[in-house]
Amino acid sequence: MKIAIGSGKGGTGKTLLSTNLFYAIHKQNQKITLVDCDSEEPNDMLFFKGEMVKTKTVTQKNPVIDSEKCVFCDKCNEWCNYNAIFYVKEKKVIRVLEDLCHGCGACSVACEFGAITEKDVELGVVNTFKVPVDSTIIETRLKVGVYTPVPVLKAGISEKIDTDHVIFDSPPGTSCPFIQTVERADYVILITEPTPFGLSDLRQSVETLKTMNKKYGVVVNRADLGDNALYDYLKSENIPLLMEIPFSKKIAEVYSRGELYAEHDEAFAQQLYSLYIKILKNHGISSN
Amino acid sequence: MELAVISGKGGTGKSSISAAFATLSERVMVVDCDVDAANLYLLFHPTIHKEEIYVAGESAIIDESKCTDCGLCMTYCRFDAISEVNGKIIINETTCDGCHLCSRICPEQAITMVENNKSRMYSGDFRNGKMVYGKLAPGEENSGKLVAMVRDEARKTAKENNLDTIVIDGPPGIGCAVISSITGVDNVLIITEPSLSGIHDLKRTVEMTSKFNIKTWVLINKYDLNETATKQIEDLCVHLNINLAGKLPFDKKFVSAMINCQSIVEYAPESDVSKKIAQVFEKINQKPAER
Repeated sequence: MKIAIGSGKGGTGKTLLSTNLFYAIHKQNQKITLVDCDSEEPNDMLFFKGEMVKTKTVTQKNPVIDSEKCVFCDKCNEWCNYNAIFYVKEKKVIRVLEDLCHGCGACSVACEFGAITEKDVELGVVNTFKVPVDSTIIETRLKVGVYTPVPVLKAGISEKIDTDHVIFDSPPGTSCPFIQTVERADYVILITEPTPFGLSDLRQSVETLKTMNKKYGVVVNRADLGDNALYDYLKSENIPLLMEIPFSKKIAEVYSRGELYAEHDEAFAQQLYSLYIKILKNHGISSN
Repeated sequence: MELAVISGKGGTGKSSISAAFATLSERVMVVDCDVDAANLYLLFHPTIHKEEIYVAGESAIIDESKCTDCGLCMTYCRFDAISEVNGKIIINETTCDGCHLCSRICPEQAITMVENNKSRMYSGDFRNGKMVYGKLAPGEENSGKLVAMVRDEARKTAKENNLDTIVIDGPPGIGCAVISSITGVDNVLIITEPSLSGIHDLKRTVEMTSKFNIKTWVLINKYDLNETATKQIEDLCVHLNINLAGKLPFDKKFVSAMINCQSIVEYAPESDVSKKIAQVFEKINQKPAER
């Protein structure tokens, strides 16, 4: 079963939940894979020691235009939907604006004069780590300065996974990177906090998941720091409240050191494992 | 002075601190560039005077009556958005990048492009000045372009109304929306927190901002949650030659302020954190931006 852990708002505890849930399941001698899909800021591996067994560079194909062969017919520019081709016909200058290029290949299909070839441009890496025994963490890491994380995270979730249990630690928000991540999941855990910002962002996540026909439930983090509006919302929308994690300086402090709280608190580990078993029982449709 | 408040890691307090800055003076332009999870309007309840549609690219749609399921489009698509299911060619709308290539090469002209037009930009008044923000519709991309549109509107409105101070509440991460939020500003303030994740994300954020030659500041929020990590961040700032703007303690009043739809400086003006925030803002404002 594939579970995605997401949140509209950042910093509500996605990584806390993903890493500790991974630990709790792994500890029960179950093989599990955690995919860190937050390519802009991947943090999951800070919490584990593992051996990197594979690294894959994710690239896109950007055009290279030979201005000698170019006849300045304008067709590539016309076909480019991202305004990534800059040219001044009179001066016979033509350039690719690399930051704007999405590597779609339209210009090279458009060119009838063989003036466009392609080169690989690095977008980031996908690193695979083995965590003893037999569990895996796949980290997607965007190269700093690259505009979109989508191709890198897609490469990460498309890696061959050989365990029955899979967790996707999703990027924040509800835009394209989030959709790409949850689309592959059988169930989504949304983690939020009981504040006006937390509620507002949760609503947006819920509306998004509804249109995608996804099953989901909510974990409330820092449950005692806020008001009741979130709980009223969950009740009125009939959204399952899966678990509450109270605010605790101890949790914050253990987390800040890059340690797993579940390793310090057996009851917390047990609670997470029970949560997983419950989701598995109610929604574990298939392992694919 | 244009100041962008960002953070690599989410939830470090960007919006709460931006809101505090925005309510320190009577006349300010506040801009919410976290278009994927815009929240400041919840505190400021702006009166909206202008709403504009933002077109976040296009998506390809197949006219089934014309499609012969030849699959040519599938071989050209580089975004894996087109697949064959039981002999039928299907385009996945959320994966489609909107490049237009399939519609150009389709021999039957069965593919057309439709605009993604559910995102919006809003502009209006709030209690301490003007406010502009954007809301990206779920699943849409190109958030950087919406940020650019929001910032253009903000600069224009600020000029028309003689507002010298522009406070930008930025998005988390280091991708296009963040890059777009900081391009051309006078100062960038990175809000971080003393944790291993916070430090990791801070390093990546500084690596990103350093490409833009903008005066960069760091504010350590909730510094007392791990003073060892706080020290590490302070050392890192020295090492990276970045200005430490200040440190704020963990304070539950931030949450209470939010629940009351106020910024911390409105909710608890005499509190220690409010005073510290005012000092930070003054510090950033005073020092002339060095490029």
